[in-house]
Amino acid sequence: MNRIISKKQLSDDVFMMRIEAPLIASERRPGQFVIIQLDTKYGERIPLTIADADPAGGSITVIFQAVGATTSRLSKFNPGDSLENLVGPLGRPTHIEKFGTVACVGGGIGVAPLYPIVQGMKEAGNRIIVIMGARNRALLILEKEMRALADELIICTDDGSSGLKALVTAPLKEICARDPKPDLAVAIGPPVMMKFCAETTRPFKVPTVVSLNTIMVDGTGMCGGCRVTVGGKTRFVCVDGPEFDGHLVDFDNMMKRLKAYKRQEDNAREICRLDAEIIKQAQRVKGT
Amino acid sequence: MSHHATREELASEAHRLLADVSSRPQPLKARERLQIPPQEMPSQDPVARRANTNEVALGYSPEQARLEAMRCLQCKNAPCIAGCPVRIDIPGFVGAIAGGDLQKAIAIIKRNSLLPSVCGRVCPQETQCQAPCTVGKSLKDVNKAVSIGRLERYAADLEREKGLLDTPEVKAETGRKVAVIGSGPASITVAADVRREGHSVTMFEAFHKAGGVLVYGIPEFRLPKKIVQFEIDTLKAMGVEIKTNFVVGRTRRLKDLIEKDGYEAVFIGTGAGLPKFMNIEGENLVGVFSANEYLTRANLMRAYDREHAQTPIYNSRKVAVLGGGNVAMDAARMAVRLGAAEVHLVYRRTEVEMPARVEEVAHAKEEGVIFHILQNAKRILGNEEGCVTAMECLKYELGAPDDSGRRRPVEIKGSEFIMEVDTVIVAIGNDSNPLIKQTTEGLATTKWGNIIVDENGKTSLDRVYAGGDIVLGAATVILAMGEGRRAANSINKLLAGNKK
Repeated sequence: MNRIISKKQLSDDVFMMRIEAPLIASERRPGQFVIIQLDTKYGERIPLTIADADPAGGSITVIFQAVGATTSRLSKFNPGDSLENLVGPLGRPTHIEKFGTVACVGGGIGVAPLYPIVQGMKEAGNRIIVIMGARNRALLILEKEMRALADELIICTDDGSSGLKALVTAPLKEICARDPKPDLAVAIGPPVMMKFCAETTRPFKVPTVVSLNTIMVDGTGMCGGCRVTVGGKTRFVCVDGPEFDGHLVDFDNMMKRLKAYKRQEDNAREICRLDAEIIKQAQRVKGT
Repeated sequence: MSHHATREELASEAHRLLADVSSRPQPLKARERLQIPPQEMPSQDPVARRANTNEVALGYSPEQARLEAMRCLQCKNAPCIAGCPVRIDIPGFVGAIAGGDLQKAIAIIKRNSLLPSVCGRVCPQETQCQAPCTVGKSLKDVNKAVSIGRLERYAADLEREKGLLDTPEVKAETGRKVAVIGSGPASITVAADVRREGHSVTMFEAFHKAGGVLVYGIPEFRLPKKIVQFEIDTLKAMGVEIKTNFVVGRTRRLKDLIEKDGYEAVFIGTGAGLPKFMNIEGENLVGVFSANEYLTRANLMRAYDREHAQTPIYNSRKVAVLGGGNVAMDAARMAVRLGAAEVHLVYRRTEVEMPARVEEVAHAKEEGVIFHILQNAKRILGNEEGCVTAMECLKYELGAPDDSGRRRPVEIKGSEFIMEVDTVIVAIGNDSNPLIKQTTEGLATTKWGNIIVDENGKTSLDRVYAGGDIVLGAATVILAMGEGRRAANSINKLLAGNKK
């Protein structure tokens, strides 16, 4: 059992939780993730990226968006509640070394897994340019933390409520056109964002790492549900990744695979919504 | 299809026969024994079971078990023992059942096997102990051999159901710690055998539930989960500590277990979990699954229970399963139970070469799985959403024997045809899981990633042993258990040899 130590709502549907997990806190490296399951009997297993860890305090921080059945349920958990199952750290850690200048691009919730990578890259002596994107100002996360690490920070919002009114690819292109160009780009966010970041860096031949968040069951190579096509070859995100060469990933295939259970999940969410509705009505009846 | 005999019909027939056989002068002559009809395993009605996940084979009645046991000729040379990977005294326990002495039967089995209710169900007896059986040879049909596996299951089930089982005795605590990685059949065996010697044992399991392939892979209808749980509970009652959600290599490195956590020996029994794919076009389309994933969702994650389970399973109408082993049969039969309108099993050789147990093939057919032999997928076709719509297949014929001794399937040029399906389940085997290898320096493996061990089950690293599918490649429960026994022996010797 892993107890939730603290919880903070970062925006409408984005939550940050600090969870007791001493072994994971001391072993995890940037780029790795955990799998959670809220109840052992019927719960589903979903991967969540690790945004931060406190080895001394024995806790990890996860940031998630309440979009599916499990993340929605988790968002209703409170400090003191426990997750029945939490396993990790999984996946290969980010390859960190002194590359020179590293352009780190985070979109939406993707800024969370990007944060430990930025920390690692900074510690290794790299010059860090961070580009953060969100739909609007309210959805920007970890801005203060990133600002403390980045040598240069660029914010983009779709509506211009903070920073540039642009997609992250616009400043990324501008940075790639600089002389000298960045030695490495790291892009984490929605698949379509990663796809276009990779397309942006490709003509400049800037090596680009992306971190994929696919459907998983076990997270240890056993099921193959997370497989993606990279350079024409099948790779498993859980044991071969989660980071891959963005110029080789078949994003279109990946995006389709992510929708495999969409119809069923929509149904589940609809049922959850109806349940909540029924409970509300029942409470109203009780109250009168 | 012929009439499906019910459990009651089989029991009453056996009751009548047993009275008749018992009235004859004893002991029976060999000729009389050979005349006793082989006892059919009672099973759930094929139509009814398409819609449930309950166990299909229901187990012998006491009279059936005694009759089946009486068919054994008690051969002096006991060829069956040589056919058993763990050398159970088969005539001994079968004779005890014939004589009605259940306690003696189970005691004999347990001298060599730790998991009889599991092995009695999932061992490929027809290629092991029952293959050389004199009864089968005399009747010129291996399927008429004494049903040793069913008798093993009978004895083990009865012992468990009657509550006759005692928790195995554990010697005085030695204060020495052993780590067991994985919780499948090999690891269960090691944990029990090492714990018996009084050593402290911690079992590490990556999943949220212990049991390994017995809980994620083999479906309920073939091996009820409560049987596996019983074995796990026995380990706990012996004092084995089970740590779930723990991935050795990631949560903690193997060498840290030894150098920092004080484990004096480690057993690696992580199995063969890394599904193989065919490397054909369209294999990453939506609707293509490894059998591991499909079965894990359905079994371990309980997706068959659509009302309660949160883990989704693909809504399939027409399913193709690629492969001819037990896992392929499990996946096909699971697809039937999950409501697919049509399930096709596609195998590139013929039924004779199928590695699946004869019983599983028969059960699959009874349940309506459509077999396509001498065919294989060439590519998988999809629509704009990236979902499977069909498979392009090729026809095959059998050529000269290959290295495995089986005749090699040769494709027939120009024989392409289209099979319309919305789901493809790939069940062509597993490679070894790379996690421990990736994270453990100095651990010697074959080019296929299997861990290399010596005749004592020891790896290239000091104090580190391995067994089961991670050593053998995908094999059987009984072989994994045998390997576990051997490694446990070595660990016990190691810890007895150099006193603390």
